[in-house]
Amino acid sequence: MDYVLNLVLIIITAIFVNNVVLAQFLGICPFLGVSKKVDTASGMGMAVTAVLVVATIVTYLIQTYVLNAFGLEYLQTIAFILVIAALVQMIEIILKKTMPALYQALGVFLPLITTNCCILGVAILVIQKDYDLLEGIIYALSTGIGFLLAMVLFAGMREQLELTSVPKSFEGVPIALVTASLLAMAFMGFSGVDGGLKILFGI
Amino acid sequence: MLVVLTVIAIVAAGVLAAVNAVTAPQIEKINADNLAAGIKAVMGNDDITVAEPQEIEGGFTAYAVTDANGESLGTAVTSTSNGFGGPLQVLVGFDNEGTILGYTILAHAETPGLGAKASDWFQSEDKNGKGGNACIVGKNPGQCNFTVSKDGGDIDAITASTITSRAFLLSIQNAYNKVIAGQDAVSGASTQASSSDEECCCGHEESEECCGECEDEKDCCSASDLGTPEVIE
Amino acid sequence: MNNFKVLLNGIIKENPTFVLLLGMCPTLGTTSSALNGMSMGLATMAVLIVSNLLISLIKKLIPDAVRIPSYIVVIASLVTVLQMCIKAYAPDIDKSLGLFIPLIVVNCIILGRAESFAAKNGPIASIFDGIGIGLGFTLGLTCLGAVRELLGTGTIFGVTLWGESYGMLLFVLAPGAFLVLGYLIVLFNKLVKK
Repeated sequence: MDYVLNLVLIIITAIFVNNVVLAQFLGICPFLGVSKKVDTASGMGMAVTAVLVVATIVTYLIQTYVLNAFGLEYLQTIAFILVIAALVQMIEIILKKTMPALYQALGVFLPLITTNCCILGVAILVIQKDYDLLEGIIYALSTGIGFLLAMVLFAGMREQLELTSVPKSFEGVPIALVTASLLAMAFMGFSGVDGGLKILFGI
Repeated sequence: MLVVLTVIAIVAAGVLAAVNAVTAPQIEKINADNLAAGIKAVMGNDDITVAEPQEIEGGFTAYAVTDANGESLGTAVTSTSNGFGGPLQVLVGFDNEGTILGYTILAHAETPGLGAKASDWFQSEDKNGKGGNACIVGKNPGQCNFTVSKDGGDIDAITASTITSRAFLLSIQNAYNKVIAGQDAVSGASTQASSSDEECCCGHEESEECCGECEDEKDCCSASDLGTPEVIE
Repeated sequence: MNNFKVLLNGIIKENPTFVLLLGMCPTLGTTSSALNGMSMGLATMAVLIVSNLLISLIKKLIPDAVRIPSYIVVIASLVTVLQMCIKAYAPDIDKSLGLFIPLIVVNCIILGRAESFAAKNGPIASIFDGIGIGLGFTLGLTCLGAVRELLGTGTIFGVTLWGESYGMLLFVLAPGAFLVLGYLIVLFNKLVKK
């Protein structure tokens, strides 16, 4: 039972309290780059979520059965980034062959994901936090959902922003950053929720 | 094509293995040095011998400390509790009576500028000139109400960081209960703590001695006198 | 293009923080103080210079098809070496930058410069490009860190200017990072682009 509550806590913490973009500053490039429209933003968010989960499973297995087993922990960064790059390519090829509809929707984002630091960041964090495989998968999935949430909210705000007139020097990225700041402020309201839940769940 | 990539990968792995061989012992040494320096700081004594660490159930590690002449100075304990942003790990030094000699924060994920102030808040007297009662050095968790003043205790919490302060005090209280007072004293300490609001916070009669670490012994020792008005404010 | 121009280009015309908007994750994530920002900038600069140099040296040996993976291997090894050195000789920096050191690997600046500059130019020019872009990045991060530290805690590089009681803590926290960067970009555009 405690284990399940712990998973619930991981989910809520990763989506709201420690939101990957707004609190941990991972994956900022796509957050600023592909957030002009809600549909592209949600497409990117879903692609990242999918890659996050798959990449976390593979890197976890590599860490446990290759790096730890042979005492090669110092090759972590290099192994993880290569695996992620290869994985993204593979997912792209598989999607193209088997699910062309989904590829149409997500395909364009896939090449951009390799250098999205939230994938490598989450892979390393799962190892650092000593999660087991299931916790790692749940953590990756909820981090992805948190990313998707932040992307969609932010894209919605930017769509509205297009309709208003902003001072000339603020057009484009600066006003987007100020908006992101407000969104981050809103998410700060969740801080401490995890601590309260911990007491509530008695963990 | 694949040959080139393989060669590059092998060269890279070789370089990393070499660098790792050079830096790994240094990293271990630094970690050991940090711990040794931390123990020296919390015991308030540079010339000490630290015994082998002793793991105690519940995530505590105790280091018995003796001075140069082989006399026991007390124990340094690492203890962890849940802070605001994540685990809060402290290293705290007790003398043989259980009076706190000093502490240092080993790891934390508290908010910078708020909870992160814990690293010096609880060991300095001057709180923006308010002369509060936050210093825990010289106090004995077994003999005073070792909670924040908001909860009726003797210690002033960090401004706007009650959760961090609670977690910090709890980790020290736990370390005291588990390591210094032993398992049996856990319930005893807490009942004693709640009934001793009016008592002096120090372990000894001679307050100068126990408050040696603090600049103003009065602030350190007359806990409830100074603590109450702060709460009302 | 002479080397001095390459250098200046990186600091002003192609400033990675204010103009190219590359490497935003460490830019926002590590600038809670001026010192943290500067350490991150210098760490990135070190990797950038060496990776630019190495890649411009080995570019002819690498077939086009495995170009990107090879670059990634080179950059990842450099980052790992840096990570080990920081852990061994500057543990305080390791503590304050944490996860963002291994994440230098995925900093778009480094791969971007490897692709767009080092793969086309000689080693000397590549070194200067590394220094220029690296300095521009360091400068951007230090500025951002300094402003956030000053507004947030009233100190700069740890030196107190006005007391902490006058600090607006928000600027040290996550929202402040976005806000200050937004305003700094506006300021940079006003001052430099015209």
